[in-house]
Amino acid sequence: MKTILIGLLAATALAGSALAQEKIKIGVSIPAATHGFMGGLNWHAQEAEKRLEKAHPNIDIIIVTADGPADQASDLEDLVSVQKINALVVLPFESEPLTEPVKQVKATGAFITVVDRGLSEPGIEDIYLAGNNTEMGKVSAQYIKSRLKSGDNIVILRGIPTVLDTERFDAFMAEIKDSGIKVLDNKFANWNRDDGFEVMQDFLSRFPDIDGVWAQDDDITLGVVEAVKQAKRDKDMFIVGGAGMKEIIKGVMDGNALVPVDVLYPPALIATAMDITVANFTSNGPVRGRYILGAPLITKENAKSFYFPDSPF
Amino acid sequence: MSDTSVRDGAASKPKFKFDLAAAGPLLALIFLFILGTVINPEFINQGNVSNIMTRSSFIGIIAVGATFVITAGGIDLSVGSMAAFISGVMIIVMDRLAGSIGVNWWTVIAGCGLSVILGIGAGALNGILTTRGKIEAFIVTLGTMGIYRSLVTYFANGGTLSLGSEIRNVYRPIYYESFFAIPLPVWVFALTAVIGWIVLNRTSFGRHCLAIGSNEAVAKYSAINVDRVKTLTYIIQGLCVSLATIIYVPRLGSASASTGVLWELEAIAAVIIGGTILKGGYGRIGGSVVGAILLTTIGNILNLTDIISNYLNGAVQGVIIVVAVWLQRGNLTGGRRKSTD
Repeated sequence: MKTILIGLLAATALAGSALAQEKIKIGVSIPAATHGFMGGLNWHAQEAEKRLEKAHPNIDIIIVTADGPADQASDLEDLVSVQKINALVVLPFESEPLTEPVKQVKATGAFITVVDRGLSEPGIEDIYLAGNNTEMGKVSAQYIKSRLKSGDNIVILRGIPTVLDTERFDAFMAEIKDSGIKVLDNKFANWNRDDGFEVMQDFLSRFPDIDGVWAQDDDITLGVVEAVKQAKRDKDMFIVGGAGMKEIIKGVMDGNALVPVDVLYPPALIATAMDITVANFTSNGPVRGRYILGAPLITKENAKSFYFPDSPF
Repeated sequence: MSDTSVRDGAASKPKFKFDLAAAGPLLALIFLFILGTVINPEFINQGNVSNIMTRSSFIGIIAVGATFVITAGGIDLSVGSMAAFISGVMIIVMDRLAGSIGVNWWTVIAGCGLSVILGIGAGALNGILTTRGKIEAFIVTLGTMGIYRSLVTYFANGGTLSLGSEIRNVYRPIYYESFFAIPLPVWVFALTAVIGWIVLNRTSFGRHCLAIGSNEAVAKYSAINVDRVKTLTYIIQGLCVSLATIIYVPRLGSASASTGVLWELEAIAAVIIGGTILKGGYGRIGGSVVGAILLTTIGNILNLTDIISNYLNGAVQGVIIVVAVWLQRGNLTGGRRKSTD
């Protein structure tokens, strides 16, 4: 009797662990929600987790957020040693410091998806997925060219001096170069509303004739809008931002003349990356490869499909 | 403005030699104004000067409070986060109230009242933890800095808290309107500075701050209630932060995790540029006012020109801050001034 009971217990325990092993664990490591874009990214990651776990009962998604590169490296160690993940979706804080930690995760046999910021060594990741900074600069410039003519003046507000910012800026300048549109000046506004407001105030005192503004980012755009309204020059110019913030998209939908369009650089890209990673375990189609998302122009006509009223961004 | 009066006020103490040294930061500011005008004549036009003054009022008002804290030998690193936190709570509460008691001035007044209560409360917390809790001010305020910053991120769900557009239209004039051609935030700044100057230079409380800052043990033996005075300096700081918030919120009507980042360092820099001693024992409100305007002016001039590479903005600011303090320490006249005894 006793032996049977023990045997039964052992059998259930074995079955239990076998079931647990069948569950595919996917770790998602992203920066903490310290500003608008990352807030949106965190929200979309959580939404994707809910949706994917519901659709696939054998998938377990674990999201961890980090405050800095060192913190993120520790997160990756924990995901491997504690959670024993089968796959990792990672948006690295910085490329160099995280290349080695991600390599360590790869060494455990996990499937690796790298999002947005590439690693400094090729061949580690199975999937690379990113927004398109070059395209973003180019699309913005094309729109401005379509609205202005040779001899018109624009100003540019940039983000934080980073590779990402430089890519956008260089692509924009290359596209605008032969149009005859004059770029009066460019200044860093740190992807921040307050800085956007102050830099634009100064541009307005400095240049009496501005026909367009490339603010490159929706947070900056909101600051610029206030400065332009304060100077009562909102009839003289239009502003092109970027990212896909819900307030801006709403304005585009409603036909706001001051901010008539937006250029997409979606925080929802983390969800796309998670979808494809899950597909590696559930789909019969191949998924490995490089995915570069488009940076489409959001206009009044298509704005609806980019509007997420529940997202914090 | 109040700069000269500060000089008179302290002139009773012959120990301090007030000459060009005291006017150092003011000279640096005048120099910057001349430089700005040479670089771009638009600099001196009324709109731009008004922009500079309005912008510097946030850091300026906070710097008035910081002058008290630093004079009494303390430090407050939490002001930037506190401003973000108070802005966030104000926005949430005003949005809720707009739904219940309606879109009118009462909602705005309730929001502002709440801001004052929060500011005083947050200041009292810093003060009591420092004095009763016997924890170094640096650690206490480093702790509260992290707490307020995380709380605003949490409230905003990582995104941005925005004030509803209807209630914003009611509140907007506080930042954008003028009274006798001077923007309202500048009036608030000026009043805060004048009251601050009177309290620091013309009341026993102000003298107690100086005494505690120069030698806390001696102050204690002189029957000064050190804990009470020190706690009050943090409460004044909290109150100043809440005033700054009240004029900050109507500007963009939003608060996020990036609101008020590094304001604490700018406020401390303004105070030190103005001649207050970081170790305590000597404080100048007028100097802090000039310091705050100076810091804003540097940023403004850099935006008005493209001579200097964008990447070097921080370096230019650093050089000007160090030179301003160098002037203020009396190096201009070659005289050596003993700052604390």
